[in-house]
Amino acid sequence: MLSRLARLIRAIGHWLEDRTGLWSVSRRLAEHPVPPGTDWRYVLGGATLVAFLLQVATGVALATVYVPSTGSAYQSLQFITHDAPFGRVLRGMHYFGASAMVVLIGAHMSRVFLTGSYKFPREMNWLSGAALLLLTILMAFTGQLLRWDQDGVWSAVVASEQAARIPALGHWLAHLVLGGATVSGPTLSRSFAVHVFLIPALIFAGVGLHLYLVLRTGVSERASIGPAVVDPATYRAWYRNLLDREGQPFWPDAAWRDAVVAVLVVGTVLALALIVGPKPLGKPPDPTIIIASPRPDWYFLWYFAVLAILPRGIEPSVIVLAPLLFGLAVFLLPLVANRGRRTLRHRPWAVVVVAAAVFTIAWYSRLGVRSPWSPDFDARPLTAQAIASSDSAVVAGAALFYARGCEYCHVIDGQGGSRGPDLTDVVHRFDHPQLVARILGGGSIMPAYTGKLSSTELAQLVAFLESRRGSPK
Amino acid sequence: MSDTLTPRRRFLAWFSAGLGAVAAAAVGVPVIGFFFAPLMRRPVEAWRSLGPVGRFRIGETVEVRIPSPAPVPWAGEAAEMAAWLRRQGPSEFVAFSVNCTHLGCPVRWMANAQLFLCPCHGGVYYEDGAVAGGPPPRALTQYPVRVQDGNVFLRTSALPLG
Ligand code: FES
Repeated sequence: MLSRLARLIRAIGHWLEDRTGLWSVSRRLAEHPVPPGTDWRYVLGGATLVAFLLQVATGVALATVYVPSTGSAYQSLQFITHDAPFGRVLRGMHYFGASAMVVLIGAHMSRVFLTGSYKFPREMNWLSGAALLLLTILMAFTGQLLRWDQDGVWSAVVASEQAARIPALGHWLAHLVLGGATVSGPTLSRSFAVHVFLIPALIFAGVGLHLYLVLRTGVSERASIGPAVVDPATYRAWYRNLLDREGQPFWPDAAWRDAVVAVLVVGTVLALALIVGPKPLGKPPDPTIIIASPRPDWYFLWYFAVLAILPRGIEPSVIVLAPLLFGLAVFLLPLVANRGRRTLRHRPWAVVVVAAAVFTIAWYSRLGVRSPWSPDFDARPLTAQAIASSDSAVVAGAALFYARGCEYCHVIDGQGGSRGPDLTDVVHRFDHPQLVARILGGGSIMPAYTGKLSSTELAQLVAFLESRRGSPK
Repeated sequence: MSDTLTPRRRFLAWFSAGLGAVAAAAVGVPVIGFFFAPLMRRPVEAWRSLGPVGRFRIGETVEVRIPSPAPVPWAGEAAEMAAWLRRQGPSEFVAFSVNCTHLGCPVRWMANAQLFLCPCHGGVYYEDGAVAGGPPPRALTQYPVRVQDGNVFLRTSALPLG
């Protein structure tokens, strides 16, 4: 009985193979030779692809319930998160899967850069990868917008304002992002179409091209076994010879590592989705709720922080030029540096570039989390204990310190915002006239209080500040 | 079959490519047109009533809600937008966009401090909308306001872009 079934299945298999030939083709592709020493450093591209496929699967599932309408998206997200079976874990996987994709594509690109693998004849591998990076960033942005809560609404506004800074095309682009003159129904539905149809189709095409090129050119050999200098005149023959002599079949000699990493990626994403859960939904997407503190998802937070600290004079040019220069550098790299040495010993600046990028992103992300430039809207009036004075002018000054908004931006004894300097020990830095001048005249980031304080109030405020002597000893 | 490009083959190649282009254009024009159509639509610049003058106190700044200038029937919560309205005198009003001129975040009016504060990068504006500090490059955008028959009206317009 069983052997009859097995025979039948085998017969069907043979028939299919005879009529399609798919098995032998896939085998030939899977067993393409790779250079010896293809080790754990070669798994990052495959891992990125796994993260993308994870996004496709979870995204399709989410799209069966999500409603891309400004009137209903928020409710449908709530339903997915709280009521739908598996909804919470799917949203979590899609959220962490996005993070994984961003992290892994960055790591893959850094690895290829560090090992000089973008050099001849793999320039187009690099450029197609760069296009995929751009598409991934667009996915991350539109995905954040589709989480149509308060942050989603304001990220649409902030993105269109940024686009509007681009000379000539700016306003046009901004309206393209918004789908009209302002945030409205089309803003969400077009982001949805772009996020689920347009960009994924382009990513599939890009991945197809990228993989085709990997098969055509072969993966780069480890720099240590390669020729000392990449020379386009001789490289191809040398590489073919290497594969003929020492090549190993990708499947399964190298592929098993990719399988291990695939399980790690999916497992980590699933574990995070189960333990941490998806990013919580913020307040409803109502543009008339002014009490909002829009923050982008973590992958854009560092850029958000950069925009906060750039000096006002250079900001308009940086905001447009910096991404442009980065794009240009990525584009030109394989075209101008496609030959020569690959080893890090001869390209120490490559380490510096990657380290600087990682450091910048980490540093500004941390700054973005703290957002010290944001006023502390939750500041509370200072307690009598903190004021620690019975002088009526000092007490009145302390009340003014809160009432006139000083505390939103200044700390006194550990309370208040950190936009401006801590004023606990301001007397050590400013004498009486300087204090008065600063309050009335303001500073580069501080408003001037002329006309906002009566002379009695000013005297009380100064009395309060002068009664602070640094933290009580 | 020879490899030479006879006139007949050359004609057929161009003919086929041309037919393909015609078909692509026949599909592409409406598709691309549809995608870019919102750019052609003018925002609804209409005078919207904010209610009787007496509802607003002199010297006070309050949030007002008005229909969005780009309405669609399914907009839901996005059908409305907000603005800040300040009554300066018996019949003098100023209306500010809530969007920070830096990158569009919603500025909050802090009545006690008489300042607008931006939650995103710490921009600050005075009560007349002028920049008091931080990254914003320009004063808050104003909407036209007028008083007619005892009611305040605000003219809606597109999202102010830098
Ligand atoms: S958006 Fe207001 S300060 Fe940046």
